[in-house]
Amino acid sequence: MNALYLTARLDIAESLRSRWFMFYSIVFGGIVMLLFMFGLTESRILGFTGLSRLLVTYIQLCVAILPVFILITTVRSVAGDRDAGVFEYMLSLPVPLYAWFWGKMIGRFVVVFLPVFGAMALAAVYAMVRGIGVDWSLFVLYTALLVALAWAFLGIGMLISTLARTPDVAQTGAFLTWLVLLLFLDLILLGLMIRERLPLELIVGIAVANPLQSFRTAAILLFDPQMVVLGPSSYVILDALGRSGYLTFALAYPVALGTLSAGIGYFLFRRGDLP
Amino acid sequence: MIVFENVSKTFKRHRVLDGVSLSIDKGERIALVGSNGAGKTTLIRCLLGEYLHEGKVTVNGVPPRGNRKTVLSHVGFVPQIPPPLKMPVGELVNFSAAVCGSDPERIITMVRELGLDWDMVRSRPFVKLSGGMKQKMLIGIALGRDSDLLIMDEPAANLDPEARHIFFHLLHERKDNAVMLITSHRLDEVAALVNRVVEMDQGKVALDDRVADDVEMTARLDCVVRLTRAEPAFARAMGDWHFSAEEGGQAWRGVVNGPDRLRFLGVLARYAGLVAGIEMK
Repeated sequence: MNALYLTARLDIAESLRSRWFMFYSIVFGGIVMLLFMFGLTESRILGFTGLSRLLVTYIQLCVAILPVFILITTVRSVAGDRDAGVFEYMLSLPVPLYAWFWGKMIGRFVVVFLPVFGAMALAAVYAMVRGIGVDWSLFVLYTALLVALAWAFLGIGMLISTLARTPDVAQTGAFLTWLVLLLFLDLILLGLMIRERLPLELIVGIAVANPLQSFRTAAILLFDPQMVVLGPSSYVILDALGRSGYLTFALAYPVALGTLSAGIGYFLFRRGDLP
Repeated sequence: MIVFENVSKTFKRHRVLDGVSLSIDKGERIALVGSNGAGKTTLIRCLLGEYLHEGKVTVNGVPPRGNRKTVLSHVGFVPQIPPPLKMPVGELVNFSAAVCGSDPERIITMVRELGLDWDMVRSRPFVKLSGGMKQKMLIGIALGRDSDLLIMDEPAANLDPEARHIFFHLLHERKDNAVMLITSHRLDEVAALVNRVVEMDQGKVALDDRVADDVEMTARLDCVVRLTRAEPAFARAMGDWHFSAEEGGQAWRGVVNGPDRLRFLGVLARYAGLVAGIEMK
C-alpha cells in the first residue's frame, strides 16, 4: 500500500483518539449549538437573516479560534513526537520522507477541517429541517474559505515544527505567530499604523500578506463591503481587485502560503537530522 | 556489508562522533559498548540514515540517507527506549508490515513465540504495555520480516528468562546470514551473543576485538550454586533467576541461558563470600 496513504491514515487514527480532537470537536459543535440557542437564525442584523446570520457569526469566531487551534495542536504533536523518540523509531522503518511529512500534513488537514465543516454542515441540515433558508452559495464559499485557512495554518504549523527542536519552543513560536497575525488585522495594529501615517504601501502589504485578514474580509464582503466594517486597508485592496478578484485572492493566497510554508518545512526536514 | 568511513558528527560544537571507521561483514555479531555519551546511539542513527554526518556510511554499497527504502527494508531496529506510541498494537503491526512489504501474520507469529498473548494486546495502546511487552513487540516487528541487519539497543534488558531464551534462539537462527549490532552499557549483558566487540569512548572506537565462545547462543546450562550458609538477600537474587532452594537454602538449582551466564556470574560475584561452589553444565 502507498506509504503516503498509510501515514495519513495513521495520523488520522492517532488524532481521532487524542483528547485535543475531542475538545476541538466539542468547541466547534458547541459554538454552532450556542448560536442556535441564542436565536441568531431568527435575528436580522446588518442585513443578515436566517442561517446566513449564523454562518457569518460562526466564520468570524473561526478566524479567532481555528488558526490557534491548528497551530498549537500541530506543533505539539509533531515536535512532541520527535522529542519523545517516535520519529527515531518510525523513521527507522522504510517510509519515504516525503510520505512521512506530507502524509502527516494531509492526515492532519482532514482531522482539523472535518469538525469545523461538520458543525457548519449540521447547522445547514438543522436549518433545512426547521424550514430556515440556507444560502448554499454562501455555504460553499465559507467551506472553501475554511479549507484555505486550515491549509495555510497547517503549513505554517509544519514549518514551525521543523524549525523548532523542542515542543516548548515550537509552541511558543506557534502562539507568537498567531498573536502577530491577529494583531495585524485591519482594525487593530494596522489602524494604528494608518493613524501614525506610516507608508500606505507598507500597510497594504501587511494586510495582503496576512491570511487572517484575507479570510475575514472575504467572509463579510458579500454582505457589507463598507470601510467601517472591512477596515481601511481591506477596503483599498478590495477597491483595487474588485469583488471576484478579492475572493479569488482570498482563496488562492492562503493555499499558496500553506503549501509554500510546508514546502520549506519539508525541505528543511529532509536536509536536517530527523529525530 | 556495512562501512563507516571516517564518520564524525557534531552537535553545537560538541563532537559526538570523531572519525569513526569500521567495516562489518555478514555473519558478524557486534557488541557496541560504551558509557553514556560515548556515541553509540549517534552511530546507530547515522547508520539508519537519521542523522547527517561527515564521512561516509554505506550499507551494501549505498548510503542509507539517500536510499532509505532500499536500506531500511533490510533493517530490524529495536530502540533502547520504546517510543510512546498511542496507537493500538494491532495498528502498529499493520503499519510496520505494510511499509516493509511484509505479512503482519509473520510478526504476530514472532510475537507469540516470544510469549506474548496477541489476542490480549492487539487492541491495547502500545504505550500502555509493560516494559517487557513493549520490548517483545519491538523485537517481533524487527524479526518478523526479511531483515538481515539487526540493530538492537539493549534488546533483552526487560525480558524474562524464558523470553530471553527464545530471543537468543531467534537470533541464533539468523546468525550466519545477518549482521547484528547490539548496543549495551555493559559488556556482560551481551558478550555471549556476539563474536566481535567494539567499545566506544568519547566518540571514538577505543577497542575492536574478536570474541571466541564455545557455548552456543541457544544453550541452556543446568546450574547448582552451593553456599556456606543460607542468606535471604541471596534467596531474593536467585528468585529473579527462577532458581529453587535445596538443603534449607544452602543450595540453589536452576537453568541459565548460555548467553546469560556472564551476567549470572556477575550476580554471584556480589555474594562471593557466601559461595562455596558453582556447577554449570
